[in-house]
Amino acid sequence: MVGANYALAHELYPYACVADQSADAPAHHPVVIIGGGPVGVATGLDLAQKGTPALILDDHDGVGQGSRAICFAKRTLEIADRLGAGRDMVDKGIVWNVGKVFHGEEQVFEFNLLPEDGHKNPAFINLQQPYFEKFLIDALRRAECEGKPIEIRGRNVVSGIEQLADHVVLRIDTPDGPYTLTADYVIACDGARSPTREIMGLSFDGRVFEDNFLIADVRMTADFPTERWFWFEPPFEGAGQSALLHKQPDDVWRIDFQLGWDIDRKAELDEGRIRQRIDEFLPDGTDYELVWTSIYTFQCRRMERFRHDRVIFAGDSAHQVSPFGARGANSGMQDADNLAWKLDLVLKGLAPEALLDTYDEERVFGADENILNSTRATDFLTPKSDISQIFRNAVLTLARDHAFARPMVNSGRLSVPCTYDGLSLNTPDALPGGPPRTRPGSPCPDAPVNDGFLLDDLKGRFTLLAIGTDLPSGLDLTGVALDTVRLSGAGVSPLLRERYLGSASSALYLIRPDQHVAARWQRPTSEQILNALQTAMALT
Amino acid sequence: MTLNTDPNIPDADGFYDELLAAHAGLSKDQTDALNARLILILANHIGDRDTLRAALSAARP
Repeated sequence: MVGANYALAHELYPYACVADQSADAPAHHPVVIIGGGPVGVATGLDLAQKGTPALILDDHDGVGQGSRAICFAKRTLEIADRLGAGRDMVDKGIVWNVGKVFHGEEQVFEFNLLPEDGHKNPAFINLQQPYFEKFLIDALRRAECEGKPIEIRGRNVVSGIEQLADHVVLRIDTPDGPYTLTADYVIACDGARSPTREIMGLSFDGRVFEDNFLIADVRMTADFPTERWFWFEPPFEGAGQSALLHKQPDDVWRIDFQLGWDIDRKAELDEGRIRQRIDEFLPDGTDYELVWTSIYTFQCRRMERFRHDRVIFAGDSAHQVSPFGARGANSGMQDADNLAWKLDLVLKGLAPEALLDTYDEERVFGADENILNSTRATDFLTPKSDISQIFRNAVLTLARDHAFARPMVNSGRLSVPCTYDGLSLNTPDALPGGPPRTRPGSPCPDAPVNDGFLLDDLKGRFTLLAIGTDLPSGLDLTGVALDTVRLSGAGVSPLLRERYLGSASSALYLIRPDQHVAARWQRPTSEQILNALQTAMALT
Repeated sequence: MTLNTDPNIPDADGFYDELLAAHAGLSKDQTDALNARLILILANHIGDRDTLRAALSAARP
């Protein structure tokens, strides 16, 4: 049997024989994406929307079972929105804002994410990963119907990769036997155990955390509020050293127990044993159904480089973090967002290959930030020495009565996109009084404009955003693929002013296709704008 | 703010007495926990990261 080593939640792209398999000479595709998970499909959709053909190869026929990633952040929803899948996700997902932290029996404190006004998308939703993936595949099917150049092939397993000077040769196994393809670029989105990484003999180094976590997703009609409840040293028999309770759609609740390092994995996965733990944890007599259980260990590691000439790694294949803080799938979506426009411009001959090195530069930076945050959360959750246990518990004790200790309580710092400070595509800040949150390198925060939202106007191309000003006269944009968005008068909402002007009276922003700020000015010359555009495309 | 390592506590003997008195009757675990809480409270009061770093470095064996 080719592929198929896990059970499917949805069969979405069953294997079908295609003409490439019987072609006399290997068919050529500009981009082949290995892996039909969230990162692969998002990258493919983004490329296809820009007109660059993308072929996705997956080793299964659809989306795997198991809730797995459940917590999707605003930036991810914004990216999915641009790709046509965001609304389905928000409609199905559970929006939550309140979290409670307990230490033993006692509540240490409560937090509210206090979502800012004026964003189209919520701060976070909880949604089982199979839904997240299915909505992306639905968007892919719609794109296909609209004639966008995208294709996904199920049960196509890449078994060989050969890099030549100007293309890559892929050997692919299928239920009908092997065939060969060539591609200009290959994107490996094939997960933490990436077969592509194995085939290429590339290392994946980092830190292994000696701990096991038991996930049990249960279906029950419980009247717990839609909040994230987290226990340090939970008072329930068998709940381990920490425990989490968090709601998902369809009356499913995520329960997570930290079991420690020396466990009998098989015994702990026994349904009777799991039910014992859950019965102690839930109020007496609660009726529930076990939906999905798993024991996981985790590591924080990344590849040294994400770009290996014509093979580029994205998502878990390139970097892996602990689950605390929801930085796995969310950071993978940012990889997709960062890579697609760059590869599109390079393949169209509009930007040099050096632009692809900035994917490496920016997303390695992002991965390091995520690994740092994730490692810190893990060190707080699972103290590695007596003294770190003593300090951890001192923080929890103090946090009950003293506000100063609460910011030190770390049960996962929730994923926010990183700002590419000081990296090579930015032009130095030239907006005196401009808000720090929209400095060059930042992801654009959403804001209300006219009847809608700003991010809906930033459609995946370079965009000049003129707020309370106009483009410099004589700016010749002939032959430059650039959108212009002008906001003035009532179109400049107070929240937009706060997020984009600060104390400046007007501003002009150059925004990248992935909605990150490339440059901003009070009043630029035409030359400054064109220079910044060149810088942002690695043309200088 | 630079780390002040000159004598700064009026009645040093009196303070030392109070520090030991705060630990009186506690088990080793309780004493360790008290010290940890005390360090966190004082560190927050100082707040300045450079000063805290200088203190950490001065305390290292």
